Amino acid sequence: MSNSFVLKNVVIGDGVATDIQIEGDKIVAIGAGLVAAESIDCSGLVALPGFVDLHTHLREPGFEQSETVLTGTQAAAMGGFTAVHAMANTSPVADTAGVVEQVAALGREAGYADVYPIGAVTVGLEGKQLAELGAMANSKAQVRVFSDDGKCVHDPVLMRRALEYVKAFGGVIAQHAQEPRLTEGAQMNEGAVSAELGLTGWPAVAEESIIARDVLLAEHVGSRVHICHLSTAGSVEIVRWAKARGIQVTAEVTPHHLLLTDELVRSYDAVYKVNPPLRTAADVVALREALIDGTIDIIATDHAPHPIEAKDCEWSAAAFGMLGLETAASIAQDVLIDSGKSSWARLAEVLSLNPAKIGGDTDQGQGLIAGAFANIALIDPKVKRAVVADSVSKSKNSPYIGLELPGKVIHTIYRGYFTVRDGLLAETGRN
Amino acid sequence: MPARTVLSSDDIDRAVTRIAHEILEANTALQKSGTSNLIILGIPTRGVLLAERIAKVIARNEPGTDLSQLLGRLDITMYRDDLAINPTRQVTETLIPNQGIDDKVVVLVDDVLFSGRTIRAALDALNDFGRPRAVKLAVLVDRGHRELPIRADFVGKNLPTAREERIRVQLTESDLENSVVIES
Amino acid sequence: MIKYLLSAGDLTRDQTIEILDIAEGMADVNEREIKKLPTLRGKTVVNLFFEDSTRTRISFELAAKRLSADVINFSAKGSSVSKGESLKDTAQTLEAMGADAVVIRHPASGTANVLAHSNWINGAIVNAGDGTHEHPTQALLDAFTMRKRIHGSNSKGKALDGLKVAIVGDVLHSRVARSNLLLLNTLGAEVHFVAPPTLLPANPSNWKATLHFSLDETLQVEKPDVVMMLRVQAERMNASFFPSEREYARIWGFNADRLKTLKPSAFLMHPGPMNRGLEIDAISADSPQSTVLEQVANGVSVRMAVLYSLLSGERAADVK
Repeated sequence: MSNSFVLKNVVIGDGVATDIQIEGDKIVAIGAGLVAAESIDCSGLVALPGFVDLHTHLREPGFEQSETVLTGTQAAAMGGFTAVHAMANTSPVADTAGVVEQVAALGREAGYADVYPIGAVTVGLEGKQLAELGAMANSKAQVRVFSDDGKCVHDPVLMRRALEYVKAFGGVIAQHAQEPRLTEGAQMNEGAVSAELGLTGWPAVAEESIIARDVLLAEHVGSRVHICHLSTAGSVEIVRWAKARGIQVTAEVTPHHLLLTDELVRSYDAVYKVNPPLRTAADVVALREALIDGTIDIIATDHAPHPIEAKDCEWSAAAFGMLGLETAASIAQDVLIDSGKSSWARLAEVLSLNPAKIGGDTDQGQGLIAGAFANIALIDPKVKRAVVADSVSKSKNSPYIGLELPGKVIHTIYRGYFTVRDGLLAETGRN
Repeated sequence: MPARTVLSSDDIDRAVTRIAHEILEANTALQKSGTSNLIILGIPTRGVLLAERIAKVIARNEPGTDLSQLLGRLDITMYRDDLAINPTRQVTETLIPNQGIDDKVVVLVDDVLFSGRTIRAALDALNDFGRPRAVKLAVLVDRGHRELPIRADFVGKNLPTAREERIRVQLTESDLENSVVIES
Repeated sequence: MIKYLLSAGDLTRDQTIEILDIAEGMADVNEREIKKLPTLRGKTVVNLFFEDSTRTRISFELAAKRLSADVINFSAKGSSVSKGESLKDTAQTLEAMGADAVVIRHPASGTANVLAHSNWINGAIVNAGDGTHEHPTQALLDAFTMRKRIHGSNSKGKALDGLKVAIVGDVLHSRVARSNLLLLNTLGAEVHFVAPPTLLPANPSNWKATLHFSLDETLQVEKPDVVMMLRVQAERMNASFFPSEREYARIWGFNADRLKTLKPSAFLMHPGPMNRGLEIDAISADSPQSTVLEQVANGVSVRMAVLYSLLSGERAADVK
């Protein structure tokens, strides 16, 4: 059966309605009045290049009770994503060619999105000895992004070497910026609320001091560095300064840091426990502005599934992390579109074009042009949806349950295949 | 809410005086020691006021009576059996004359005798302070509908009522006038 | 009135005064020969202690027993996730056994809140100290003690308006300080915190209190009516919060010389147990100005009042 259809009356970017024609796994034409065997009415839907998440925890291998490559990529599809980068903190840690190839293979088998494994920077994420970065880069998984996410590469010498070493194969280090000594036992943002709640603080300076060090290191050795989940106004200032200076730094922000604040911790509901922690309203404002003005390059979800028992307990015993894949586009719409401050073109940059560029994903983030792979997210921006506990992800730790978020992903097309159609997940993947 | 006055100010005065005399008579029959072994304990709120009035009449009629040894108050909040269905009540002071209640004749005073549960609680409370020789009960109004085998020894007025009716006792120490009113 | 006492901030001014007044009545009972009331007969109170605290536990135990409740002491050591039963399982077990009230002490901040908002337990919940968050019954007994010292037998109905209270020591890690701050604010007192800068929160902007670094200057300039010394926990001593115990005692400890600078009516409090020679010296601790033992005695009365308040009227709404 040949795969040929036309998406009728989609809105592209901030422009007028048009049609997109797809043959096989490619976009073959864009323009008015296109005709094919099948035609799908997409009136009122905004077409965007399929989203690319540079920061996803798929949990497999090792933590399959939380998520698997299959369920994680299904959740990704529901959120309009056609590619995810799988973080290395699995068990075993993705610090060898064997593990990254396994994760990549599981992704292909699932067929809901491209899965790009991220390799660990250091063996076992222990921050002591470089992992075999070259072997992972040269493996079938072709790893380009390396990160010890969850832990900071805090040893400055090791960080310098890593930054230098990955230049050999065009890789990038994604740093989880957290000075470990300043955050021992840390439970939430250190500020007025932590003072009241008696929870050990995670000070902004613990993030900012590492970012400052790493941009200077990147400048010194002429490497590029990517900063994971920026969470403070001070971090924004440092990245802005570094970019103005010409340092090759890119930065991501999570959806939750664009919307939620540490005031939520007052409930002691561990669903709001995340690392880096939810910050203040002033930080949220600074992050939103930075995403609009380009200081921050991308939104990355830091989708971190946890089983119920890891959250249904005392705050300090609970795991860090929250879900994000299925809600990311809504929050991007809130920040960029509904605020009236930016555009759909910018949304496409931060959720698709830029992360693909940073991650070196040649098949992704190509934009909606003839000849590109047919990776498309179709969003109805007018729908308001109440987030419910029911999720495609294996875990339920979404901080947005009970909130009303704007916009809904109606169709997700992954390499010409509907992983999501009319809001429903395809029963099988693309294979 | 239709209200009907059943005892006037004068009626209440007469009832208090009569009860005081009856208490004295009964006490004399029981013990020869005058009022020195008699204790009048009011149950909050209006029982305390009535006990005061009764004790004053007794003191007037029995020269040499030490009012501070005669009169006290007994808070029964913590002894109630309706803890779960009533909002938290404030505890008031309990004042037992410092001679104690052991081997004394104790007269409990309350304004209205209804189910008997308040008096049951008062008897329990009394138990924690000692072992009186006898316990008597004086009430201004007995409205019937007892739920426990309790009866008053001294009654100002027996007042047959319907269960739903409310009896309101007003005393000038805490209210605008002296009266007993039935509201239905 | 209320079902949970999780934070001293849960109580309005009227509710606070009501509890303190009820505690006055309970204090009278504690003077009697028969120190027992039948009030909570048939109720089960569980002391759920995840942290050792014999003092607090026996205070709650005595309070519950004097109200004729059945008391179960449940000690669970260690972090619930790493070893043994989870908090949820423990809570659901107690619920299945029919606990009417759970008094919880836990090393993690917010655990009483988690329990209260979890639906694992239907009974009343009293926070008996959660990590470095709050210890509301301690604040109530402290307020009760202050009121009693100032107003004696005329304490009923009184608040603490205008009272100047200096709280000295490890404010950052003190649940006693947090609960006292909230309750003293509610009762109209003026709170002064005195601590080395390392033992104050980095951002105290939500706190209605004046912060000081110097104890001597605070005593001289503010002339507090009450000085409350906080316990210095052993685990702070080797974590660079201050250079040495000797230096701490010299600068922030209460001693005989500082005792002389207090105005005659002022008094000295400590939640216990005291580190004699560290935050307080023996002469001060045993002086007539010290309220340490009154605090212990008042603890029982206040906890009786709290248990009574939480467990009465639970079905009042159904009846009305």
